[in-house]
Amino acid sequence: MASSLDETAVRHVAHLARLDVTDEEVVRFAEQLSSILSYVEQLNEPDTTGIPPTAHALPVTNVFRDDTVRPCWEPDRALHNAPQHQEDFFRVPRVLGQDGT
Amino acid sequence: MTFPATTVEIAQVVASGERSAQEVVRECLDRIEATDGALSAFLSCDRDRALSCARNIDAGRAKGDKLGPLAGVPVAVKDNICTTFGVTTCGSRILDPFHSRYDAHVIERLEGAGAIIVGKTNLDEFAMGSSTEHGASGSTHNPWDPARVAGGSSGGSAAAVAARMVPAALGTDTGGSVRQPAAFCGVVGLKPTYGRVSRYGLVAFGSSLDQIGPIASDVRDVALLLNVIAGHDARDSTSVDAPVPDYVAKLSQPLDGVRIGVSDRYFGEGLDGQVRDAVWAAIDLMHREGAEIVPIDLPHMKYAVACYYIIAPAEASSNLARFDGVHYGFRTGEPKDIIDLYVSTRGQAFGPEVKRRIMLGTYVLSSGYYDAYYLKALKVRTLIKRDFDRAFESVDVIASPVTPTTAFRLGEKTDDPLAMYLEDIYTISANLAGICAISLPCGLDRQGLPIGLQLTGPAFGEERLLSVAHQYQLRTDYHTKRPPATAAA
Repeated sequence: MASSLDETAVRHVAHLARLDVTDEEVVRFAEQLSSILSYVEQLNEPDTTGIPPTAHALPVTNVFRDDTVRPCWEPDRALHNAPQHQEDFFRVPRVLGQDGT
Repeated sequence: MTFPATTVEIAQVVASGERSAQEVVRECLDRIEATDGALSAFLSCDRDRALSCARNIDAGRAKGDKLGPLAGVPVAVKDNICTTFGVTTCGSRILDPFHSRYDAHVIERLEGAGAIIVGKTNLDEFAMGSSTEHGASGSTHNPWDPARVAGGSSGGSAAAVAARMVPAALGTDTGGSVRQPAAFCGVVGLKPTYGRVSRYGLVAFGSSLDQIGPIASDVRDVALLLNVIAGHDARDSTSVDAPVPDYVAKLSQPLDGVRIGVSDRYFGEGLDGQVRDAVWAAIDLMHREGAEIVPIDLPHMKYAVACYYIIAPAEASSNLARFDGVHYGFRTGEPKDIIDLYVSTRGQAFGPEVKRRIMLGTYVLSSGYYDAYYLKALKVRTLIKRDFDRAFESVDVIASPVTPTTAFRLGEKTDDPLAMYLEDIYTISANLAGICAISLPCGLDRQGLPIGLQLTGPAFGEERLLSVAHQYQLRTDYHTKRPPATAAA
């Protein structure tokens, strides 16, 4: 484990998370996240050779429902909370570049 | 009879006709109005709707309809649980505004049982925090000392019950968020077994850890609420189709012969002496009353906080990806393209703790770090779960403190995230292992602040867990103590 995050790494992670961070936040997050990561280093102590991961604690794996047609939400209902919509669509800014790429 | 009263008592007087649901609800709303200005436990209350629901209960009773087990009982609900009425904010600007188009499973169950939802309670943003200081609408104050935190993230629900604004409330518990505020506020809070209560309509934070749980002033009320909200729901694929016993009826099981496990791991460095003494006094009392005390070891519990603060942020970073400014809630003004829309919306509307966890979660899941952090944490989670599996071969419940200290001061830990995370040191392992645990009052410290006793049971062991807790309350009066400011009211 790399137990510290420098400011470049913080900016990279913020980009991956699609999160705008201010210069001040970058400095603060670098320090705080490094401190948390150095705390979690202790997970290297126990031997986990041959130990399976537990993603959840239930004795349940896949749950299937019958493959039958059921009513779904009307567009009005699905769009009710949208900040912007047009006809039956969520409205967003241009996705492709100005030059059409 | 004077309000406030317990859930069970209110249901009885409404059923008998001694009080109308409208009277009960009106008194409750008046009390919230008079009390909540100083505490900020509520984010919203819908007076008209609550009174109209109460009118329906009274009309139904007059017609001779069969009343539900919670008919006329005012209940508050944490504001990360979706309701078709009012708004659901999760304490976040990013959901400003959000009007859910469906009710959570627990809302359907509560209303189906006749409960009246009077309001939505404050929380740390998206339930991430241990103090209810991280919400967009400010901090909730502890009714026992308004300069102190109510705990979190279900601090609003716990404070509302502690100040007797409502007899019962729902919270959610991902790493201790029902039990820790219950301990800080001197009320009872249950984290049910993962899968016991449907999460349909709960805004997800850590999907493998989240569970909705009741908060009330005594164990009987908590058992009654669990009767109503527990059970299978096909809309949550992690809801377990296991029978729901009548938890209230089973409360009378005696303490005699109950095996209570005690581990040194819960009594180590960092534990306040007064909390330790109060918890030991509770264990001694149960021993004198016939319970057997069995030493157990949970060797991997010391890794629980580290394990949790990888898994929970990892799950949170995935779950919170849906808040993108497209589908609901807040959107930044004038974005220059789609990426800017995401980045600016999220940057402007998420608070610092949520950002920190999204960053941490994104990092531990990112290419090159996934195995070292996330996968490693999932393996250590297996070790923690196995410790509990082994312990429950020889004990029925485990007794421990809920928190290392009593309620800390507002602002004391907001600048030190790691110190805040270590608040959850005794509660987190129950979420990692998916088992059930309850927090109940077991004393007051010298400053007059409540101390919590935690009892932990195996998966789907709520029946025994609640009966042991109830038997303890039959022999003590800590759960009847009220915050000084509300005792006279």
